[in-house]
Amino acid sequence: MSLTRQDVEKIAHLARLSITEQEMPVYVTSLSSIVNFVDELSRADVGSVLPMAHPLDGQHQRLRADEVTERDHHEKFQLNAPAVAAGLYVVPRVID
Amino acid sequence: MLHNLNIGELADRLAKRQISSVELTRHFLGRIERLNPALNAFITLTAERAMQDAESADRLLAGGARGPLLGIPLIHKDIFCTDGVRTSCGSRMLDNFVAPYDATVVARLKAAGTVMLGKSNMDEFAMGSSNETSYYGPVRNPWNTAKVPGGSSGGSAAATAARLAPFATGTDTGGSIRQPAALTGVTGLKPTYGRVSRFGLVAFASSLDQAGVFAHSAADASAVLQVMAGFDPKDSTSVDVPVPDYSAALGGPLKGLKIGLLREFFEGLEAGNAALIHDALKIYRSLGAETLEVSLPHLPLSVPTYYVVAPAECSSNLSRFDGVRFGYRCDKPADLLDLYTRSRGEGFGAEVKRRIMTGTYVLSAGYFDAYYLKAQKVRRLITDDFRAAFEKVDLVISPTTPTPAFDIGAKMHDPVTMYLNDIYTIGANLAGLPGVSLPCGFVDELPMGLQLVGPHFSEAKLLNAAHQFQQATDWHRRAPRGYE
Repeated sequence: MSLTRQDVEKIAHLARLSITEQEMPVYVTSLSSIVNFVDELSRADVGSVLPMAHPLDGQHQRLRADEVTERDHHEKFQLNAPAVAAGLYVVPRVID
Repeated sequence: MLHNLNIGELADRLAKRQISSVELTRHFLGRIERLNPALNAFITLTAERAMQDAESADRLLAGGARGPLLGIPLIHKDIFCTDGVRTSCGSRMLDNFVAPYDATVVARLKAAGTVMLGKSNMDEFAMGSSNETSYYGPVRNPWNTAKVPGGSSGGSAAATAARLAPFATGTDTGGSIRQPAALTGVTGLKPTYGRVSRFGLVAFASSLDQAGVFAHSAADASAVLQVMAGFDPKDSTSVDVPVPDYSAALGGPLKGLKIGLLREFFEGLEAGNAALIHDALKIYRSLGAETLEVSLPHLPLSVPTYYVVAPAECSSNLSRFDGVRFGYRCDKPADLLDLYTRSRGEGFGAEVKRRIMTGTYVLSAGYFDAYYLKAQKVRRLITDDFRAAFEKVDLVISPTTPTPAFDIGAKMHDPVTMYLNDIYTIGANLAGLPGVSLPCGFVDELPMGLQLVGPHFSEAKLLNAAHQFQQATDWHRRAPRGYE
């Protein structure tokens, strides 16, 4: 199966990735070859096998007491932020 | 020379105060300064901090403290968060990211008194099998600098092979410890999924990622795993199973051990590679092990299964990189959508974008059942195949890679050809099994690896089987020319 340029544009939009004009043909070709490759799975007879999401059986989500165990680190964490003002992350205006 | 001593010998000399940790650290920093420019194995060197760590280890040693890793230098793959030190994950996206806390692996090794020399180069976000996708340039193989060291933990592998540290950490999602270990002639261990905490490890594919170690021998890897392994409440997939004494398990006789040869892996095996595996089997038989053929009929589907599951998880995990809270932000975004798409488009490299898009596609409406759900079902069939095999044998044996290290640039144009490098290693990740790669000889003057895979939590047995092989051979002691 081959992906079209429109397919790749749609995927890139869903993934919130800007793709340049130069990159586009490379992705159309390479994503098509990957999709062809993983299409091999269609020949597997899986019958009523249950999907497996986790490699260890019998693991379940652990719960913990609903207690505060962390102190506030926001100042340290925001040292890595591209733009901060008054302890808030700054992004382009969303609401006029 | 100090760089050819094993961890036990180094710890012994430190304990007897024959050498200091400062001297040892200086020795390795000197080697890095002299030898690393040809390899590009590091993203960040932490020489100053290493000297401080060494001084504090020496103070502890002077006060009578002892420990198997106290005062021993190491290198961390740049995927592990290190408090106050840049953690780039090989990406432009995190080029300016200074981790605000330590990964549990880093914290445990720090508490054991190790000395961090630096952070090693790697494929971007651990996506690659050759270390060519790093934003910081490819790592070169010390056995032949025109060749790749494998990936994604290529910097840790090349640095260990070049004797730039006694050991290094790595992570393995589809073979990223075992494959580079094989291609650089060192011992590489990927523990059972859940054995070592993933907390503070930049996530790629959460149901497959596992941290492990590169070392010069199985005995050294055992000493390191002892410190790394154990339950961590901060990792929801960490398993609360007691950690055995790995070093104490070394030396047990192999008499009666049943080793399975995977029929699917021996079909079409290249002659030189096959000869090395058959030599290894002879050694195992001479040590008292029994070898028999086993079949894992669904194993040939492991690579396509992986290249659905791993990109799907990666597309979800990497959605956190949005140019808002940390990491790269594009210049002058027009609006919020432009901020997201351009920060991600410019911050991620080509292979990472390819994986994110593959994952987005297989999870998208209309394709989910045919790809993602199907892959999860095949994953169970592969896991069941392993389970059935382990009812007949204790361990399975195979080559680690189909070929020795290839030329830098040789496979970058064709992702599917690159993905097939992981054909022998991916099965263990899908099933969550521990695996070890150990040097077993040379093809075209390049090192080759032998892979042993065992049932969940069989690291002690696996490491002992590797150790016994290394007692009978000296492949693991060979150093590349110029790095002896």
